Amino acid sequence: MLLKELTDLMGASGDEKEVREKIKEIVKPYVDELYVDKMGNLIACKKGKKEKPKVMLAAHMDEVALMVKSINEDGTLSFSPVGGVDNRILVSKTVKVGEKRVNGVIGAKPIHLQKREEQQKPLDFDALYIDIGATSKEEALKHVSVGDYVYFDANFELLGNGYVKSKALDDRIGCNVLIEILKRDYEYPVCAAFTVQEEVGLRGAGVAAYNIEPDFAIVVEGTVAADVSDSEPHLVSTELGKGPAISLMDRTTLYDKKIINKIVKIAEENGVPYQFRRIASGGNDAGKIHLTKGGIKAIAVSVPCRYIHSFNSVAFLEDFNNTVKLVDLIIKNIAKEALI
Amino acid sequence: MSLNIELIKKLTQTYGPSGSEEKVLQVIKEEVKNFCDEITYDALGNMICRKTGKGKKIMVAAHTDEIGLMITHIEDEGFLRFTTIGGVSVEQIVGRRVVFKNGVQGAIGVEYLEDKKDFRVEKLYIDIGAKNKEEAQKYVNIGDSASFAGEFIEAGNRLISKAFDDRIGCYVVIEALKNLKTENEVYFVFTVQEEVGTRGAAAAAYNIHPDFAVAVDVTSTGDTPKAKKMAVSLGKGAAIKVMDRSIIVSPSVREMMIEVAKENNIPYQLEILEFGGTDAGPIHLTKGGIPAGVISIPTRYVHSISEMVDKNDIEASIELLKKVLEK
Repeated sequence: MLLKELTDLMGASGDEKEVREKIKEIVKPYVDELYVDKMGNLIACKKGKKEKPKVMLAAHMDEVALMVKSINEDGTLSFSPVGGVDNRILVSKTVKVGEKRVNGVIGAKPIHLQKREEQQKPLDFDALYIDIGATSKEEALKHVSVGDYVYFDANFELLGNGYVKSKALDDRIGCNVLIEILKRDYEYPVCAAFTVQEEVGLRGAGVAAYNIEPDFAIVVEGTVAADVSDSEPHLVSTELGKGPAISLMDRTTLYDKKIINKIVKIAEENGVPYQFRRIASGGNDAGKIHLTKGGIKAIAVSVPCRYIHSFNSVAFLEDFNNTVKLVDLIIKNIAKEALI
Repeated sequence: MSLNIELIKKLTQTYGPSGSEEKVLQVIKEEVKNFCDEITYDALGNMICRKTGKGKKIMVAAHTDEIGLMITHIEDEGFLRFTTIGGVSVEQIVGRRVVFKNGVQGAIGVEYLEDKKDFRVEKLYIDIGAKNKEEAQKYVNIGDSASFAGEFIEAGNRLISKAFDDRIGCYVVIEALKNLKTENEVYFVFTVQEEVGTRGAAAAAYNIHPDFAVAVDVTSTGDTPKAKKMAVSLGKGAAIKVMDRSIIVSPSVREMMIEVAKENNIPYQLEILEFGGTDAGPIHLTKGGIPAGVISIPTRYVHSISEMVDKNDIEASIELLKKVLEK
């Protein structure tokens, strides 16, 4: 399964090479132009019968991870988060360190030795360390180095009836949508940008949009679903099984209402389920893309994912399939409106 | 000069939260269309009125959007949950009335809170009088935006209304545009999405690439009881920006504006705003840099439903903008 292959790859912000090489190999037969820009974004373009509108698709290749910031005398490793990592989820998890993928465990003071007040709040990054089984700094240095990326060690698995669990669904599931789209032919030119460094501040996408100069952009994301029992109904954001989530507003973009209304109409006419992303926090590559050069019309469509930015997020495969359908419909029916 | 009070009223009362500026742009278009050589819209929705000329290429920016709310959820009982658009002080909005694009109105309520510290936007809701979700959905839907209601009144030589930020700036630009006599090529840009992070202006500046730009926006004052210290007062003239969080105005631009004010006996004051920014922020950092300045209209109670401005300051701002553009 392609989603398994993509999510099992390791590609933190700034270290997307493995993901990029894999995607390059997959999309090569389907595209007319394939290049890597100076930031490391992979750009895959297909020509159309017409010159315009030029459609840009964007999904980011990077995932949240950790980085070794120092190696301690006792052989343990101190680390920093790369992107938005929740420190509460780290203790006792297994990780892979550096290019050699050295096995490690995130350790902390055991509960027996913690003071009462320490037990009452989550351990901060500074109170955690990575144990790679080295007994001294010297020994640790044979295997790892300061600056090494530390990856969540978690595999893709099928879950229940049509669900999947894995790390990095945000945003390899979006990358997978783009790959499916690239297999199809369209009337207009379509450029898929597999972007870098989204998780550390949407850094790759602006550069990609600057070079591509599209008339219309579609960002495809794995986004927050909080459809779990303790969420109040108005704070769930998105729900699994209800189809792709169309963004209305987030911290980085106010999406064009006229275009959203057209997407809703197209989805309803074609029987594709959809929902709105119903919180305003967070942001995505659209934030940078829509403000590039003289402004670019941009929308965002996401596959709802529970527990994103953790070792195991959960998605529903039918939502993925419907996201592919919706993006396909948007390219065919709506992109041309961007020119008016 | 006499002020067109009816137009000011119309501008402030027109619906236009960030992202939904069309109605405001339509009002402005009707006013300016006979004075522009060309009117265009860009990808983000900015409206650009161009007056052709052989001189300097100048961009003027005033933003058309106002702060507001967006519906994120409709409860089974018909109550609407929302998020904020722009800098809304949520602790001040309970009991306020809101208006949707289609004219539907509602009131803001709050859940009962055991602990006042739990007060957050998630605890608030809009009540449009609907009995249930089904009835509510006849009038509003998720993603619809609302603006705050705040009627326009004259109070002595001063005016009170919602959305003087920045419809009064739009008015100043409209009047300057109508009365302008210059050989300069001037692009009057009525921008979108300023309140959510000065987003529209940068795109417009990129496309126009002017030699010089002026933003016209409101600024706070320090002339009310125990106000935060600020050397701007209502009624003391147009404010020439020195600095805010988005720009340090180049001394040459600032001096030029001061000189123009002095030459033409236009009352002015210098403005240092410790919080907030304007469209001049992103404009001056566009491409290889664009010299930019700001003319501000002193305004009390900014982002409330009772913003207050002084008629003399409006007149001074129009005059100053006109003379700066004619220079």
